[in-house]
Amino acid sequence: MNVDIPMRSFEARAPRRHGLGAYGACFRGIVWREVLRFLYQRERFFSALVRPLVWLFIFAAGFRQVLGVSIIPPYTTYVLYETFITPGLIGMILLFNAMQSSLSMVYDRETGAMRTLLVAPFPRSFLLLSKLIGGVAVAVLQVYTFLVIAYLWDIVPPWYGYITVLPALLLSGLMLGALALLMSSLIRQLENFAGVMNFVIFPMFFASSALYPLWRIREGSPLLYEIARFNPFTHAVELVRFALYGEIGAKIDPTMTPVQAGVSLDGVLIPLASGELLDLTHLVVVVTCTVLFLGAAVFAYNPSKGLIARRGGPGGGNAG
Amino acid sequence: MTTVLTQDTANAASEAAADALVVNGVSHRFGDKQVLDKVSLSVARGAFTVLLGLNGAGKSTLFALITRLYDNVSGEIRILGHDVRRRPTAALQQLGVVFQSRTLDSDLTLEQNLFYHAALHGIRKADAKVRAAEALTTVGLADRAHEKIRNLSGGQARRVEIARSLLHRPGLLLLDEATVGLDIGSRESVLSIVRGLVERQGLGVLWATHLIDEIAPTDRVVVMHKGRILYTGSVPGLLQATGQANVREAFRSMTGTDDSAEAA
Repeated sequence: MNVDIPMRSFEARAPRRHGLGAYGACFRGIVWREVLRFLYQRERFFSALVRPLVWLFIFAAGFRQVLGVSIIPPYTTYVLYETFITPGLIGMILLFNAMQSSLSMVYDRETGAMRTLLVAPFPRSFLLLSKLIGGVAVAVLQVYTFLVIAYLWDIVPPWYGYITVLPALLLSGLMLGALALLMSSLIRQLENFAGVMNFVIFPMFFASSALYPLWRIREGSPLLYEIARFNPFTHAVELVRFALYGEIGAKIDPTMTPVQAGVSLDGVLIPLASGELLDLTHLVVVVTCTVLFLGAAVFAYNPSKGLIARRGGPGGGNAG
Repeated sequence: MTTVLTQDTANAASEAAADALVVNGVSHRFGDKQVLDKVSLSVARGAFTVLLGLNGAGKSTLFALITRLYDNVSGEIRILGHDVRRRPTAALQQLGVVFQSRTLDSDLTLEQNLFYHAALHGIRKADAKVRAAEALTTVGLADRAHEKIRNLSGGQARRVEIARSLLHRPGLLLLDEATVGLDIGSRESVLSIVRGLVERQGLGVLWATHLIDEIAPTDRVVVMHKGRILYTGSVPGLLQATGQANVREAFRSMTGTDDSAEAA
């Protein structure tokens, strides 16, 4: 085959230092690829939407009478079970999307595609964070599509809720994505991923406030209540729930009992000028967990300290 | 008149003087298993160097260390003079890699795959467009830029991976078993492109393979076996050192293996 290879001066090359523009180009490229791949894989897009919609249309409709909820913050009146479950289903989208991206990272590691990312001349923490944000961007697209369909199903938060929920989606998505990233570094083989479904996704989802309020869980099982309280996913769902109504957390009257307030009173509370206490527990837990999970994931992918280096093999596997 | 020597010009000067790749006394273990044992080799600029070894010789592990997938704990690895541990950014900027397994997104087009790679090197879109067109011309696929990867044959996909590895204009190109699974025509095409790059652009190339017929008489050869380097030098030197008539026999006598199916 004849190919025309242009001449080039080798000596002319000097190492370039990356400026902010280069970091920006790299970040945009990684996020753009994640979004593009998602949009091209239409089956993935629809299957990601069908899951929460099935829960909304079938499960919630069926359980509406059985699981009726009381008035708890941020709701100011009785709400239909569909309305209550919506933030939980948003959490489900974020959770499944994070795990899907973790699955694809394990797959990428086995096939070698992850290496193209890891050999890029940028700090590994920056590359992993960019990939994480790319995954979150995809999840946010799914959530807004879900919210449009939920709107047509008469689940209508205040108009500003569509804007105020965005930071909560980004934060929660980052936390779950960081957890998934950490797991992708720990899972050695793709086959082990089925275990993740059984041991991580389902327990996280069901032992949380996604489907039923915490006070109801406490009535049924105090132990499950304690587990749910310490489940980071609970806090992600609650953060989204409040953000959909333009709030960060519950405003608690200090004279009320925790049961009356519908919240726990041993969280992170700050006094407001009105005399009420603002519950920042959900925000603090989500931010803290994000930092912890991300730090651990960066450590695991660190070329000198990481678990991949110790465990052996470029794909965490064989040495060829 | 005084000349001000900036860090960049000093770096450029040191790059100009350095080999494309120097691996010096690198050992590596996975648990109790010693996979690399004091490996030393170099790749000169403008040289096509073949890293010949059976499957499991340690070639991929060596590549993983050079690409800094994980750090070398002993010895040193320099790419155009830049230590990959101490100056990873400068070193990786000068490195182009074609991995053994396919690493393109099959749902994206050729151009989109190249844009992604350009972004990973901090190259902006406008510049990436020019470079992608140039690189695809180099590998003879300019007319298929907007097709999806899944429509390409194995050999064409390999050529895209080579184009991708050239986008950031590296000084060293690593190819790990780049022709595995390709038919004879595609193998020749890939080899001819890479040899052209060495000849015309002065790249240093490290070509890892277990296929002896990919070695040309003018190539430098590094024989690797069970994590150790057994020979480094020219093809005639290899024949002379082993007293054999051809590279296949020389490789067998050197490694003490009769497994001709592996080193075909």
